Amino acid sequence: MSTSLIDLQKVGMTYEAASGPVEALADISLRVGTGEFVSLVGPSGCGKSTLLRIIAGLRPATKGMVEVTGEQVTRPIPDIGMVFQAPILLKWRSILRNVLLPAELAGRDAGKLRDRALALLDMAGLGGFAEKLPRELSGGMQQRAALCRALLLDPPLLLMDEPFGALDAMTRDDMALELLRIWGETSGARKTVLFVTHSIAEAVFLSDRVVVITPRPGRVAADIAIDLPRPRTVELRASEAFGRLNFDVFRALTGRAG
Amino acid sequence: MTLSALVGRYWPTAALFALLLALWQLAVSALEIRPYLLPSPAMVWNALWQAGFSWWPHLWITSLEIVGAFFMAAIVGVALGTAVAWSPLVANALMPFLVFVNTLPKVAIAPLLLIWIGYGILPTMVMGALIGFFPVVINTAVGLSQVETDMLDLGRVFSAPKWKIFLKIRIPNALPYILSALKITATAAVVGAIVGEFVASQAGLGYVIANTQSSMNTAVAFASLIWISAIGLALYGVVVLAARLWAPWAEGVE
Ligand SMILES: Nc1ncnc2c1ncn2[C@@H]1O[C@H](COP(=O)(O)OP(=O)(O)O)[C@@H](O)[C@H]1O
Ligand SMILES: [Mg+2]
Repeated sequence: MSTSLIDLQKVGMTYEAASGPVEALADISLRVGTGEFVSLVGPSGCGKSTLLRIIAGLRPATKGMVEVTGEQVTRPIPDIGMVFQAPILLKWRSILRNVLLPAELAGRDAGKLRDRALALLDMAGLGGFAEKLPRELSGGMQQRAALCRALLLDPPLLLMDEPFGALDAMTRDDMALELLRIWGETSGARKTVLFVTHSIAEAVFLSDRVVVITPRPGRVAADIAIDLPRPRTVELRASEAFGRLNFDVFRALTGRAG
Repeated sequence: MTLSALVGRYWPTAALFALLLALWQLAVSALEIRPYLLPSPAMVWNALWQAGFSWWPHLWITSLEIVGAFFMAAIVGVALGTAVAWSPLVANALMPFLVFVNTLPKVAIAPLLLIWIGYGILPTMVMGALIGFFPVVINTAVGLSQVETDMLDLGRVFSAPKWKIFLKIRIPNALPYILSALKITATAAVVGAIVGEFVASQAGLGYVIANTQSSMNTAVAFASLIWISAIGLALYGVVVLAARLWAPWAEGVE
């Protein structure tokens, strides 16, 4: 494995909720190498979103050690693309200005990135919606706009929380291929991606590794290497190896042995 | 809205209004009610245009006071609301004072305002502003604070400084709240202006009403009321239009 970009050791997270403490993550140890594409799958409520927030430095873990690029994470880490589970578009801004928001917040020249933003929207099939307000778009379209926003500054690390959750099956498969292209599957310089999904097939299709998390409190149930050839193609979905890996992940997820 | 839709929606109101006017006119002539008790609609209509004096200076003064009070309340309200939302320390320090000022009966302060500020339109403006500023403080503070945590996290992901999050996320989020409070302020400014004129003034629609007491010219008092509500409605309408224009995403947020 290449040098590890993300390094989690025995990470635990307990929320202090009004009704008492909620242990979201029990004991997560995980390494993600630079340029790796790793998916997280697990039942709802097992702490996947929590884990992404911890890695991004948005919430401190209550236990364990979190390092990104060899440094302890104590506050929001710079140069990441984050796709939250909800689109979180600013409802007063047009789609284009939402996509440009990272530039403005980070103090970069938004004017210079306008063409890039428009190209990203085109890629996501939103070319005609740049000047629309978020409420004029469907949930799936809003999610794609949020993806464009995360990609605007071309970050080397992408943390993606069910980014395709609201998309129909067809669009979803198209977006998966686009994501692989953006990730840099065929070019030399690959980004690092940590990708949360509910779809086993999507995780297997995209990833170098699929990490299965147990029901709450989350632990790593299995870490499955996906040794399928790249670049991944649509035909791959019909192959026997693809089916077998899907079944491996399914077994780990449902806790069934052999 | 198209013309036919407007007619469809408002004809019951118009019909009821016409009916009431007719009944009023009938009652006044049939029962021979003396005009200083209740003038007929026709007399009020006449007074609206020919009162024996020019309405213009009074309309001008009162409008000026109302608009002045409105902007004072808006500016001071937004400033205080922002201070309250900026830091819990400021909020804890300020809020008790603001609540205290808000619960004071403003009419009771009017004579004091005259002593402190002197005569003229300024004390009347301050009066209107005092009545109308509090909802703006509250709605500004609420609108600036009630931002989804996810949105703030978005700002943190890009290491945006606090002022930038204020400018790009909190302030736009607060805009519909502020505009909604300004509708209340518009009405309060009218009340304040008239109360201020009652207490001390040489001109204005409130002054005209106060003087009809001695002249027994009730029709002129009615006409003043109509002018006052016309100014009030116009200001309210401008705020509603501004809300449509500046916060179109929040249509229906009240
Ligand atoms: N801010 C919070 N306060 C209290 N409990 C929370 C909070 N966020 C998440 N949780 C709880 O932590 C658990 C994990 O949540 P989450 O990370 O969103 O799971 P997932 O993304 O895997 O569905 C859930 O039981 C959830 O109710
Ligand atoms: Mg989640």
